Amino acid sequence: MNDSLTKYTLHLADNALILAQRNSEWCAHGPILEQDIAITNISLDILGQARNFYQYAAELINQSTNQQDNLITEDSLAYLRDNRDFKNCLLVELENGDWAKTILRLFIFSNYQYLLYTGLQHSKDEQLAAIAEKALKEVTYHLQWSSEWVIRLGDGTEESHQRITVAVEALWPYVGELFILADYESELLKENFSVDVSSLQNKWLEKTSAIFDEATLKIPQNVFAQTGGKQGIHTEQLGYILAEMQFLQRAYPNSIW
Amino acid sequence: MTDALIITKEKIFSILESVTDPEVPVLSIIDLGIVRDVEIESSHKIKITITPTYTGCPAMDVISMSIRMCLLENGFTDITIKNVLSPAWTTDWMSEVGKQKLKAYGIAPPNVSQQVCTPALFQKDEAVQCPHCNSYHTQLISRFGSTACKALYKCNDCKEPFDYFKCH
Repeated sequence: MNDSLTKYTLHLADNALILAQRNSEWCAHGPILEQDIAITNISLDILGQARNFYQYAAELINQSTNQQDNLITEDSLAYLRDNRDFKNCLLVELENGDWAKTILRLFIFSNYQYLLYTGLQHSKDEQLAAIAEKALKEVTYHLQWSSEWVIRLGDGTEESHQRITVAVEALWPYVGELFILADYESELLKENFSVDVSSLQNKWLEKTSAIFDEATLKIPQNVFAQTGGKQGIHTEQLGYILAEMQFLQRAYPNSIW
Repeated sequence: MTDALIITKEKIFSILESVTDPEVPVLSIIDLGIVRDVEIESSHKIKITITPTYTGCPAMDVISMSIRMCLLENGFTDITIKNVLSPAWTTDWMSEVGKQKLKAYGIAPPNVSQQVCTPALFQKDEAVQCPHCNSYHTQLISRFGSTACKALYKCNDCKEPFDYFKCH
């Protein structure tokens, strides 16, 4: 039970950290200044979620090991775990590609996160519920912003439509994993600690269809779902993020600002 | 011990009025509504409960440090600052005085959240008043301004751009 709770908290944290890291790659590269600021502000919100989840995961781990020194911290969880220890969904680690792919990924994930946190704020675990309640307000805004962009690009110029259509094809194989329960999620469901993500898919599709209709985009059918991320089996792209993100702590252990 | 009896919660709240938001220096943390509780244990020992505005707001670390400095200056040596997430902060907790200060500073204060921020009214646009000329004839430029808590608007009457403190 405790082990599952730690894994689940890390899964939620890793999703947020890796997505924040990916979006932040746009810093100083956004298509125009306002959108550069928007995507980096969104990254900051999501990084804040990651910090809250990591702090809680660290607390759970330290309680279970009962150690007095060499305590696990939010930083050690972010910087010192290896590829196989990360439990994020594959979707969030994929390369940004162009603006259309980045926006579409954020829309797919914000739509999912909105439903996930709506459920999680009623978790029996008070801390997970509190983090979800807090983050939900921000995610609502991310969903709104990314929805508008999906519509703008889909129903925009020939080029923008073509680019986001390519993005839909590239990202769809990674949507299915969001709704497949990992063992730790199933375990926690019995106690109402986690959210049954498999039950969120219909609502997610409803919202996606509404936005795609406006954007003149089609939802791909019968796409094979790539999985593994939630169990620690990642695409090679995660390795590159970690190499960059963890470099400083690996090269200069315990260095601080 | 006699000292402890004289220090009231009201006194602490008025001391904390001097701690301001580093990004919006006209607002005190009391105006912002982020101080949720004060527990005075003795003339030296105090516990302050605060709640973050935005999950990733970098100003929160500075605010915690400023609270600590302010209380140290006022004779407290044993200071605990506790962060709580629930109930989640809302701009409805911002004081009326705070909203007036924001407007005078050139930032449009947040609308009341029930009007526009519920998921049911998800894609409705807000009527935001220009802090310079009071016109409602304004236009959203970007949903994110200089910080996560602000959006960028333009007034179609006086033509001035301005920040709007988003309702949250």
